[in-house]
Amino acid sequence: MTDTVVIRLTVNGAPVERRVPPRLNLVDFLRDELGLTGTHWSCEHGACGACTVRVNGEIVRGCLMFAVQLDGAHVETVEGLAESGALADLQAAFHARNAVQCGFCTAGMLLTADALLRRDPNPSREAIRAALSGNYCRCTGYHAIVDAIADAVRERAKRS
Amino acid sequence: MTAPLSPLDRPVGYIGKSVPRPNAKRLLAGRGRYVDDIRLPRTAHVAFLRCPHAHARLKSVDVAAAARAPGVVRVVTAKDLAGRYTPWVGTLTHFKGMKSAPQHPLVSDRATWQGEPVAAVAAESRALAEDAVALISVAWEELPPLTDAAAALAPGATPLHPELGDNLCFGRAIDAGAVDDAFARADCVVEEVYRFARHTGVCPEPRSILADFDPADGTLTVYYSSQAPHMIKEIFARHFHLPESAVRVICNDVGGSYGIKIHVYPDEMTTVAIALMLGRPVKFIADRLESFVSDIHAREHRIKARMALSRDGTIEALAIDDLTGIGPYSTYPRTSAVEGNQVVGLAGSWYRCRNYRAQLRVAFQTKPPTTQYRAVGHPIATAVTEALVDRAAAALGLDPVAIRRRNLVPDDAYPWTTASGLKFEKLSHQASLEKLLRLMDYDGLRREQAELRRRAVHRGIGIACFVEITNPGPAFYGVGGAPISSQDGCTVRLDPGGSVTCATGVTEQGQGTETMVAQIVASTLGLTLDRVRVVTGDTERTPYGGGTWASRGCGIGGEAALQGALALKGNILALAGTMLQAEPAALDLAGGWVVDRSNGSRRIGLDEVGRAAYFRGDTLPPGVQPELVATRHYMPRRYPFAFTNGVQASYLELDVETGFVRLLKHWVVEDCGRVVNPLLVAEQIRGGVVQGIGGALFEECVYDERGQLLNGTLAEYLVPMAGEMPDIVVEHIETPTAESALGAKGVGEAGTGGAPAAVMNAVNDALTPFDVRITAQPISPRRILEALGKA
Repeated sequence: MTDTVVIRLTVNGAPVERRVPPRLNLVDFLRDELGLTGTHWSCEHGACGACTVRVNGEIVRGCLMFAVQLDGAHVETVEGLAESGALADLQAAFHARNAVQCGFCTAGMLLTADALLRRDPNPSREAIRAALSGNYCRCTGYHAIVDAIADAVRERAKRS
Repeated sequence: MTAPLSPLDRPVGYIGKSVPRPNAKRLLAGRGRYVDDIRLPRTAHVAFLRCPHAHARLKSVDVAAAARAPGVVRVVTAKDLAGRYTPWVGTLTHFKGMKSAPQHPLVSDRATWQGEPVAAVAAESRALAEDAVALISVAWEELPPLTDAAAALAPGATPLHPELGDNLCFGRAIDAGAVDDAFARADCVVEEVYRFARHTGVCPEPRSILADFDPADGTLTVYYSSQAPHMIKEIFARHFHLPESAVRVICNDVGGSYGIKIHVYPDEMTTVAIALMLGRPVKFIADRLESFVSDIHAREHRIKARMALSRDGTIEALAIDDLTGIGPYSTYPRTSAVEGNQVVGLAGSWYRCRNYRAQLRVAFQTKPPTTQYRAVGHPIATAVTEALVDRAAAALGLDPVAIRRRNLVPDDAYPWTTASGLKFEKLSHQASLEKLLRLMDYDGLRREQAELRRRAVHRGIGIACFVEITNPGPAFYGVGGAPISSQDGCTVRLDPGGSVTCATGVTEQGQGTETMVAQIVASTLGLTLDRVRVVTGDTERTPYGGGTWASRGCGIGGEAALQGALALKGNILALAGTMLQAEPAALDLAGGWVVDRSNGSRRIGLDEVGRAAYFRGDTLPPGVQPELVATRHYMPRRYPFAFTNGVQASYLELDVETGFVRLLKHWVVEDCGRVVNPLLVAEQIRGGVVQGIGGALFEECVYDERGQLLNGTLAEYLVPMAGEMPDIVVEHIETPTAESALGAKGVGEAGTGGAPAAVMNAVNDALTPFDVRITAQPISPRRILEALGKA
């Protein structure tokens, strides 16, 4: 067994220090070491987006990163972003539109939508669909998710 | 004036209102509780060694090195499990002549598909378990694979299970009316061979189980991702020789199921067996790669179909021959024959034609088992029927709408019995079609299509009418001997503060089951939704019931909730009548109060009723025993199924240079009876449509001739993603079933049942100028280019 490595990072604003094996994946690290089970495993190939988390402000596929790559990083997960209120408008819009059924893809959808709106505050419907094209949802057929994000776009425009 | 308003029609109630799901807020906050989120002390994690061959004899297996590996708790092979379980056989007695072989948790002498589990390692972590699996050495003797269903049934084919004699799991023939005469006399005959590939469910949350056996008191608690907790409890008890009372199954959040998580899987049975052996929690979470070769697959049909018509477009006869491959075993306990049975039962059933012949052959083969998956058989029956109707329309020079108008069972013809013997209570095909045409502006789209075609832009319009089987009664499974309940119950309890707790046997996988139950109960008891708590998915806390599948949650579970709430209401009013010295019949419930029925004036709060019943019984007259809880069950009896109907349309553009299809828009008009929550119903349809589009355009488990899966990752197996999907417009017609007071039928599978037909017809409509057509799904760009002679 390869030696473990100490990493120090910030997760949802709180400092974390852990000794981890080099093969430990970011998703397993969040789920098993920190109990942050809102981030999900699904395709394990970087194709489905269920494991989307924010690292140093950018969304990444958690399944394609190892914990040892996170030394010094700022990691944000759906739990932290939900508690801080950063996703509140998107959450409300998803709720109103029933843009969530089983909920397994939802954290990834919210983080991806939020990244889109930070980059492009006024995306077209097509741009919303394109931005979600790496996030797999089997339940909704996507239409309600697109509607919800479009609603949030309007709400954010009103606020600013 | 007629009878007073029923609770369903109350203007202040929630029935027919688009209420968002209260329980979705947890999921939106990352606070879901899926099986892998549950962490129990001393959990062992399981990984499997799976057979790498489609068909092979297991000569020897050596686990010594694996057993010594770090963190390993136990290595298990078939030998270790002998005597600890009863094998299972996936047959139903009402399917005459059906046969299948006993299935076991682990391979003991012969593996019959690539992915069949052979050995299991339980270790301190999944990673350590996988490390140890890699140390197991197995000697295989490869045997000839049997991948092709037609070859499996050819004369002289070697039986996959010698004791069964041949490879035919099940066959059925229907011959109604005078089919040969009709074909002989027909003005027009169209025929075609249609092929539908194997695909699979790809649940976002893979199959997941956490089995916890406590040897001290002999209880087995299983946290499980499933649609049918009571069914699987029965099966665990039966096959592991446990008292029924010792098994508890808990389904918290389920990350998608669609028919995948309702079957008995060898790896899950092995996990339970290991928990029983170890006396500690044992978890198995399928990874994506093993899901592709161990989840059930679906479809895989080859259908020869012929339709006879008279010159005016009247369908005179339909004949179909379905050959379907189901893998090496019929899946337990629902069997793998229902899909094909529904294909031959449903094809053409929305048209008036009385001359119908069908043959079904269900064949064993060496690929993963196929069985029920969302819309079981419907997409196939609909695609074949509707493709033939479009071909006939073209051959006769008729518009696709005109030929459907001529042949649909008229809305005033019900009750109607189909040529295949299905009984339809009341459907609305004609009204639905006309509503769809208005919704999509059919004539306008046809003009646009013609104009664009002149500019070499190739758009297609496809229409598909269909029916859906919902609310199945005991004739579906129970009569065939399966422990599958067609009834469901709901317990409704008034708590002392005036809120209500309900427990229901139907389950939640995100459809909105809990919201639907809460809407019905709140409306009946005059409460706001926030005062109704709904409990699902726990065999120890909910009335016995079938769960949520076959589009039965609202039609059956909703009716049980309504009847339970009405019974509780009766009990509350009886007690309130005693307290108020009033006639219960003169009282009603509204806004959390007992009110005068005549004028709505408030008499006493529900919290006061609850307080008197639970804390101040001393204030009640002698002999009054409050019963502020009621349970009612419901199962449909008059009709074996509540059929629904609908119609879908697809509008798309075809790039004839690349073969790419761009979906522009999709419309659905659906009649599922009373709609309790239009928002949730629309979302069931939209999600179903996209799942159907997946099968129509993208999804295929590609196997080579050796029975090896060639695209078993989510990077290679294509699923519908947001960028390729159209907006989907949904409208309703409501024809309630008279069988229940609620009048709701099901809706979960209608989208998936109709979409592949609409899309295939639209592709072929776009191909009209080229005089070629597509007859196989998925309709890949390559298939389109091949049809165009460009591949």
